[in-house]
Amino acid sequence: MTISTQSTTVSNGVNTEALIGARGAFEQTPEAAQFTFHSTCDWIEGTFNRNTINSYFGLGQNHERKRTFTIEADHPEVFAADDRAPTPPEIVLSALASCLTGGVASVAQHRGIQLRSVRAVVEGDIDVQGILGMDPDIRNGFSAIRVRFEIDADASADDINALVAQSQKRSAVFDILTNPTNVAVSVA
Amino acid sequence: MRHIHSVIIGAGQAGLAMSRCLSDRSIRHVVIERGEVANSWRSERWDSLRLLTPNWQSRLPGFVYSGPNPDGFMNMDGITGHLKAYAEISRAPVETGTTVLSVTGVDRNYRVATDKGDWLCRNVVLASGACNRARIPGFAAALPEDILQITPLGYKNPAQLPKGGVLVVGASASGVQLAAEIAAAGHEVLLAAGQHVRVPRHYRGRDIQWWMDTTGVLDMTTREVDDIVRARRVPSLQLIGDHRIQFHDLNALGAAGVEVTGKLAGIRDGVALFSGALANNCALSDLKMNRLLAEFDKWAERQDEAGNLGVPERFGPTLVPASPRLSCDLTGGRIRTVVWATGFEPDFSWLRLPVFNGKGQLIHHEGRVAPGIYALGLPFMRRRKSALIDGVGADAGAHADHIMRTSGLRVA
Repeated sequence: MTISTQSTTVSNGVNTEALIGARGAFEQTPEAAQFTFHSTCDWIEGTFNRNTINSYFGLGQNHERKRTFTIEADHPEVFAADDRAPTPPEIVLSALASCLTGGVASVAQHRGIQLRSVRAVVEGDIDVQGILGMDPDIRNGFSAIRVRFEIDADASADDINALVAQSQKRSAVFDILTNPTNVAVSVA
Repeated sequence: MRHIHSVIIGAGQAGLAMSRCLSDRSIRHVVIERGEVANSWRSERWDSLRLLTPNWQSRLPGFVYSGPNPDGFMNMDGITGHLKAYAEISRAPVETGTTVLSVTGVDRNYRVATDKGDWLCRNVVLASGACNRARIPGFAAALPEDILQITPLGYKNPAQLPKGGVLVVGASASGVQLAAEIAAAGHEVLLAAGQHVRVPRHYRGRDIQWWMDTTGVLDMTTREVDDIVRARRVPSLQLIGDHRIQFHDLNALGAAGVEVTGKLAGIRDGVALFSGALANNCALSDLKMNRLLAEFDKWAERQDEAGNLGVPERFGPTLVPASPRLSCDLTGGRIRTVVWATGFEPDFSWLRLPVFNGKGQLIHHEGRVAPGIYALGLPFMRRRKSALIDGVGADAGAHADHIMRTSGLRVA
């Protein structure tokens, strides 16, 4: 048995104090917690297109970022496309992995657990007979999604499992994928 | 209009405990009860229900269980008799068959209007219970009309239900008990499980409630938890008042033929849609159970008589089906009944005071609502056990002391 000092400060690079402060502020003014995120997608050619993401609404006003981000999507060659970017479903999988991984880091920071490495490997199964309209009983989307975390941290296996469980419990994308959402699509 | 120092609304365990504490301090009061003593236990519970806590744990100020079976579990006649005996021994001044119409402020006093006349008083104690109304999600309105909807407040036994399948929504104590009973009566049962808390009835040779009580888990105060809002929302433990049933959890229900799936997330075009997060809710529940058992083990290590306890044990995880169903067509005729075991809330609609938050919930600090207005029996009000029969006495005592101080009376 080794003796360790209790005073080491955990640093996963997450400012949990600020997040807890935000909770307190939103309790007083819940309307400030109403956010709207945007993405604008422009068709380029074929199945290739590009999203630009910058402004979002929150804290009662619109915010412009210093940088504009882009996310491109395309389809692979087996679907007779040019494979210039990941497919939209792959972007969904990566969004889930990013959301859960960010959550793991935040929860670990809050619980005083030092992370050394975190990797999430995500898989999603799709029967493409659905999107090709071949069988009405087959859905278009994923029939199952699996996420496998590989985490190296100063914590017991149970504590690490609890990190991952709590991250799912508080994840936006996990919620988006596991619960139905009303989606309204219109033409301007 | 009659004048009195304090009015207690409700003659269940909370109101009777408060009455006893005020009597002990010679404070004049009346207990107003819409029905009979222990009215909710008499009329708003299902036939087979037994308390989740053992008989010894129904301790009230100046009154303990003295029957032959301290480790048994009271049925509804048992708890009704227990509280009736308490009311008699305490000589509680209960006005039965009296319904409160409104409570309003009048200068620095309160007017309690009832269907049998009004009272003017300095203090009002809200002891009308935390489970007056079933909390039902808004999308219940989207259920097909020919489906019977029922809540644990109206459910008595499976004979009430039409033949055919039953969707039980919610997997706290009520949900798992009703799902098991309805399945045993021959109905096909689908259980939608969101967050839930799995615990064994016995651990290391003692009842789980003995552990919760002895180790101080039930005594934890609002200041000792990270997030009191979350702590107040924790669903009731998956338990049943029966020593023979060690686990009344999703595994037991699965073995009994109940189909378990995720939380009911919505109803669209007559189709119930379930969350795909069942596995994580089961993982959270297993982790929470193991943390609780680890706390018990840590406590036991510090005790001299630890040798009298059984050995530490860990239980297998919740078995989650490989792909729980994500939808169920409610128009097909398979499901005939939906049981909303989705929680309860108090009904303070008669309390005409600005003491509610934006969600219509009572704002209080340790059960103190406003000068002269006190609440009792709410989840984790002062301590984790505040909503238990065994926890209401200490809260009533604290309120009675506070009433003494604010009335300029000397606490003995």
